[in-house]
Amino acid sequence: MTTSRLRGSLVTAVTWVLVLAFFFPVAWMVFTAFKPESQAATMPPTFAPDFTLDRFETVFSRNMLPYLINSLSASLGSTLLVLALAVPAAYALSIRPIVNVRDALFFFISTRFMPVAASIIPVYLLLQSVGGLDNVTWLTILYIGVNLPIAVWMMRSFLAEVPRELIEAAQLDGARLGTEIFRVVLPIVLPGVAAAGLICFIFAWNEFFLANLLTAQVARTTPPFLTSFVDGRGQFLSVLSAASTVAIVPVVAAGWIAQKQLVRGLAMGAIK
Amino acid sequence: MTTLTSTPTTRRLGRPAAPAAKPARPRGLAVSRALLWPALATSIVLTQIPFVVTIYYSLQNWNLLRPGDRDFAGLDNYATVLRDGSFLSSLGSTVLITGSSVLLSTLLGLLFAVLLDRSFTGQGAARTLMITPFLVMPAAAALVWKWSILESTTGMANWALGLVGIPPVAWNTDVPIVTIILVLTWQYTPFAMLILLAGLQAQTKDVLEAAAVDGAGAVRTFLAITLPHLRQYVEISVLLASIMLLQVFDPVAIMTRGTGGTKTLSYLLYERAFVGLQVGEAAAYGVMTVLITIVVATVALRTLFKVFSKEGLGR
Repeated sequence: MTTSRLRGSLVTAVTWVLVLAFFFPVAWMVFTAFKPESQAATMPPTFAPDFTLDRFETVFSRNMLPYLINSLSASLGSTLLVLALAVPAAYALSIRPIVNVRDALFFFISTRFMPVAASIIPVYLLLQSVGGLDNVTWLTILYIGVNLPIAVWMMRSFLAEVPRELIEAAQLDGARLGTEIFRVVLPIVLPGVAAAGLICFIFAWNEFFLANLLTAQVARTTPPFLTSFVDGRGQFLSVLSAASTVAIVPVVAAGWIAQKQLVRGLAMGAIK
Repeated sequence: MTTLTSTPTTRRLGRPAAPAAKPARPRGLAVSRALLWPALATSIVLTQIPFVVTIYYSLQNWNLLRPGDRDFAGLDNYATVLRDGSFLSSLGSTVLITGSSVLLSTLLGLLFAVLLDRSFTGQGAARTLMITPFLVMPAAAALVWKWSILESTTGMANWALGLVGIPPVAWNTDVPIVTIILVLTWQYTPFAMLILLAGLQAQTKDVLEAAAVDGAGAVRTFLAITLPHLRQYVEISVLLASIMLLQVFDPVAIMTRGTGGTKTLSYLLYERAFVGLQVGEAAAYGVMTVLITIVVATVALRTLFKVFSKEGLGR
């Protein structure tokens, strides 16, 4: 009995060591953000720095706020539009199946699997010719294309769990389609809608390729902005860490809160 | 148990569950179409049409530096792409980076899934910490790894190596490809872990108890029962991760700019199109990249649907 308990504690200890090692880069980044620049990149590392909030002040004095706002508009805007398109589509695919459910699902997911690189050149040239470069609205629209398939798949999987009897009962009662969706189905799948929305938000918030290529000053989002903190001439590690910390907080916090929903979302509904 | 009698294999052999022929009311189909088409049309406009245009561009001789000089080139761009050598070496880099990152993150993901499936003090907290790398913005991850962890003189990796007497490694300059693989493995391990953890939790406890009663040890039970059960979850995780990583761009652009064998296909295309302004040639790279991805994606989708059909697609 005691040996097995000892072994259990040992495995637990090993688990914690590995988990903390894995988490270390994030912890170190946050820790470094609170250091003065002179104590950030030192060898040996400074473990007891003079804590300061100055780097966060620097980050915002370098005007990070507009970039965060751009990220927020593009992420929130695209997420809401994606949900508005995906929920009805998933509804049609799961609760009122039409003939080619498989084909439609296959199509949606294949668009997600297609490298963005495959369609970026015409998109870039089109935006250039209509003056759509460096524009948050266009970035938002492109993010819809990126996230729509994931949302459709996730929502399909959540909708498949709605008890069929409930819908049939509503239909027998002569409920209109609107009532059927908003009164009967939506309340049940609301957590699913939130999860799908969260995943879309995360992907949009973290997106770098399109943002880097299609925006410059006005519409620049946070991920490409972060790279501007790397400074070839001086020390920059703690200010970079502070900016990165600010950049990851919204999504990490949201992910921590809704982690149970993440699994299904990430597997695009393939796992229940 | 009913769950055991409806075996996946029988369903898998049969035709994929077709949507049940529902005694549809006449308006049903029209309503379904109306609900579906906005999403479908958006997807087509945003992803399919640009791809068709890319194919068209790939058949053109077109450099943005010489806008007047634009004519039909047939398959010349493809010939250039194949002859150039950058494509093949880039394909090699992509396969190497994707392959090693997926392999490492799956193995580590399996390890963490098994460790975090046990109940222990702080299990919830440990899981929360473990999913974090996947949530971290890839641009931030790349920057922090490059400058804070892997930097050769002040980085934490070399400091840790120094503690055990290993001389410092110039990660960023000597082995750029390793730095990319490290970051990607770090970011995708939680992804693999989440999927495999879901697999472990879906395992029927009766079988495990029966094995214990029969006197099978933990290791044997794991190898003989758990691992085969996990197979489908491993497949999903590997394939989804492969498809995401085949397009990898962020750490390459931020950490290495394609040096030291890290020029992935996405980065190569980006360079040709937006630095070299070779529209036609870059488009040909794009089409080739898609063809390769289709091969992987087809395998991926088959697997997804295999798992999926058990749940009864469309019911």
